[in-house]
Amino acid sequence: MEQSWTRAKGAFLAVFSPTVLWLFAFFLLPMGIIWAYSFGQNEGLVDIAVTGTLANYARVLQPLYLLIFLKSLWFAFLTTALCLVIGFPVAMAITFASEKTKAWLLVLIMLPFWTNLLIRTYALMAVLRTEGYVNWAYHWLWDETSGLLQMIGQAPLGAFTPLDLLHKNFAVVFGLVYVNLPFMVLPLYAALDRLDRSYLEASLDLGAGHLTTLFRIIVPLALPGIASGVLITFIPALGSYLTPDLLGGPDSQMIASVIERQFKRANDWPFGAALSFMLMYMTFAAVALQAILARRRAEARQ
Amino acid sequence: MAEPIITIENVTRRFGTLAAVDNVSLTVEEGEFFALLGPSGCGKTTLLRMLAGFDNPTEGRILIDGQDVNRIPPNKRPVNMVFQSYAVFPHMTVADNVRYGLNIAGVPRKEQDARVEEALSLVQLDGLGPRKPDQLSGGQRQRVALARALIMRPRVLLLDEPLSALDAKLRDQMRTELSTLQEKVGITFIMVTHDQDEALALATRCAVMNRGLLQQVATPNDLYEFPNSRFVADFIGTVNLFEGQLIVDEPDHAVIRSPELGAGIYFDHGVTGAKGATVWAAIRPEKIELKKRTEGDTAPKMDDTPEGNNVVPGIIRQEVYLGSESTYEVEIESGRRVKVTRSNLTRWDQEDFAIGEAVWLAWHACSPAMLQS
Repeated sequence: MEQSWTRAKGAFLAVFSPTVLWLFAFFLLPMGIIWAYSFGQNEGLVDIAVTGTLANYARVLQPLYLLIFLKSLWFAFLTTALCLVIGFPVAMAITFASEKTKAWLLVLIMLPFWTNLLIRTYALMAVLRTEGYVNWAYHWLWDETSGLLQMIGQAPLGAFTPLDLLHKNFAVVFGLVYVNLPFMVLPLYAALDRLDRSYLEASLDLGAGHLTTLFRIIVPLALPGIASGVLITFIPALGSYLTPDLLGGPDSQMIASVIERQFKRANDWPFGAALSFMLMYMTFAAVALQAILARRRAEARQ
Repeated sequence: MAEPIITIENVTRRFGTLAAVDNVSLTVEEGEFFALLGPSGCGKTTLLRMLAGFDNPTEGRILIDGQDVNRIPPNKRPVNMVFQSYAVFPHMTVADNVRYGLNIAGVPRKEQDARVEEALSLVQLDGLGPRKPDQLSGGQRQRVALARALIMRPRVLLLDEPLSALDAKLRDQMRTELSTLQEKVGITFIMVTHDQDEALALATRCAVMNRGLLQQVATPNDLYEFPNSRFVADFIGTVNLFEGQLIVDEPDHAVIRSPELGAGIYFDHGVTGAKGATVWAAIRPEKIELKKRTEGDTAPKMDDTPEGNNVVPGIIRQEVYLGSESTYEVEIESGRRVKVTRSNLTRWDQEDFAIGEAVWLAWHACSPAMLQS
C-alpha cells in the first residue's frame, strides 16, 4: 500500500494537498497572525502595528495574570487527577462488562457529546443552584432528620440553610470534571481493552490479589493510555472558558475568560494574543513532557 | 494406591444452555503427565481453567489433594499455569517475571535470588535474567513462563496448549524438553492439547474429550489399540471403520457381517453385546496386509482366521511414498476406499504395488477393534 502511494505522486498530491492547503490557510496562517499581534500594539481603534515589542508579554508576567495562570493550572491539574481517579474504575468496568453491556456503556459515555456544552452547563446550574435538586434532596433529608429527632425527644435541627454550591471554585472543578470525564475514560478504555487477559490471570495464578494485580500489572501496562488520557483531559481543561464563566464566582475565573475580555470588551488584541500564546506555550510544554516521558519509557524497555 | 492428587467429580460447566463440560469425572495420580485431548470446543480448556480457578463448575466438585477447591480463588490454589500465550509480563525483566510469585508471597530477597537462578537454570535460561521479554524468542518466552510457574513449587502444573505457538522444529525440541523437565522436577503435569501426536508422545495418560463429554481415559498405547468409541478411534491416528452386525458371539471369538466390506470380520475374542446389534470394526492401516491378486485367484487364508473372513479383494487407487513407509488407498467392491500403510522394510527388493493393481487386503484376527458406539 505505502509503496504504491509514494510511487503515484500525482494521486498522493491530489488527495493530500486540499487538506494541507486548508490547514495552512485556516489554521497555521491565522495562528501566525495572532502570534505576530502578540508582539504589537494598538494604533487607533482598529489597527494593530506589529512592532516587535515585548511589552505584552511583560504584562502577562504581572502577578495579577500569573496568579490566574497558576489558578488555571491548578484547576486543570485537579480536574485531570479527579477524572483519572473516577475514570479508571469506569474504564475497568466497561472493559470487563459483557459485550452487550459494553456497547451500551460506551454509548452512555459518549451521550454527552451529542448535547451542546452550553445546555449541559446550564443543566448543571439547575442541579447545583440553591433551589436545585441537590439542595432539594438535602432539604428533605434535613426535615426528615429533624422530625425524627423530635420523635425521639431530641431537639430539632433548626432552620434549614441551603448549601451554596454554585459560583464557587467547587462548581468550576465539578463542572470541568463532568465535561472532561469522557475524554479520560475513552483512551483508558482503549488501553485496558487491548490488554491480554492472560496477564491478569497469570498474576492471580502466581498468588497476587486483585489490588496487587491492579497496581503491578494493569496500571503499568495501561500507562500509555493513562498518559494520553491525562493529556487529552488536561489541555482542554486548562483552556476552559464556558464552564468557569458560567459556574464560577468572582474569584474562580480562569485564563480563557481573561483572554476573552481582552479581545472583546477591552479591545486589546495584542495583549489578548500574548495571553493566548502563553497558554499555548504551556500546552506545548505539557505535550513535550509527555513525549519525553514516553521516549524514556521506550528506552528503558530496550 | 495413594490418594489421587486431583479428583474431578461429576463436573458440569454450562454457558447458557450449552454444557461446555458435561458430567466429567476423572482422577489424576501424583507424578503423572496427564493430557486432556480433544478437538477445539470440546471443553478441555474449560476443564483446565476450572482446575486453575478461573472458572467454576456449574455442578460437581474438584478436589486437589482431597480438598474441595470450588470456593478457593486462583491465587490460593496449589496449582500454577503456563498460558497458551505465555503471558510473560512485558514490563518486567525475565528475573522479575520469574520472581513475581515469590515476591507476592513475601519470600526474603536472598532466597528469591537463589531460587530465580535455580529456576532459570532448570529451563536453560542461565544469565538471561536481566533481559526484557521482547528481546526473547518465542521458545525462550515459553521457558520464562515455565520457570515462573515452577518456581512456586506447585502441586500440579497446568499447561494450556504449551507447544501450539512454536514452529515445527522448536516444537519437537520443546516436546523432548518438557518430558525431561517433568521427570526432573517430579511435579504432576496436566496438559491441554488438540494435537494427538503431542499427547501420545508426552503423556503417561490421556483423557479424550468431545463436545464436553469425556470419551475415554487411558494410556497412549491403549487409546490407540483399544479405543472405546468411533470418535476416539478416528481422533487418535488414522483408522478404517466398518459398520456391521454382530452375527457370532462366542467366548473365544466373534464375527461381524459387514455389507460395506463384503466379507466377515473375525475377532479372536468374545464381546458382551447382543447378537444382531450394530457394531463397528476399527482397523488401523498398518495392520492390513497387501497381497498380489490375479483374476480367478482363490482368496488367501489368514492362519488364525476361518476362511471367508478378514480377506477382501480390491484395486489400488492411490499411493503416497513417505520414505519410511508408503500409504495406499485401495478401492473394495462396495466402492469404499480403505487406507493401508506398509513399511518400506528393505531398500529396493521389496514387492512393489502400483496404482491400478489388483490386490487382496488381509488382516489377523487380533487386529481389528470392535466398537459398540
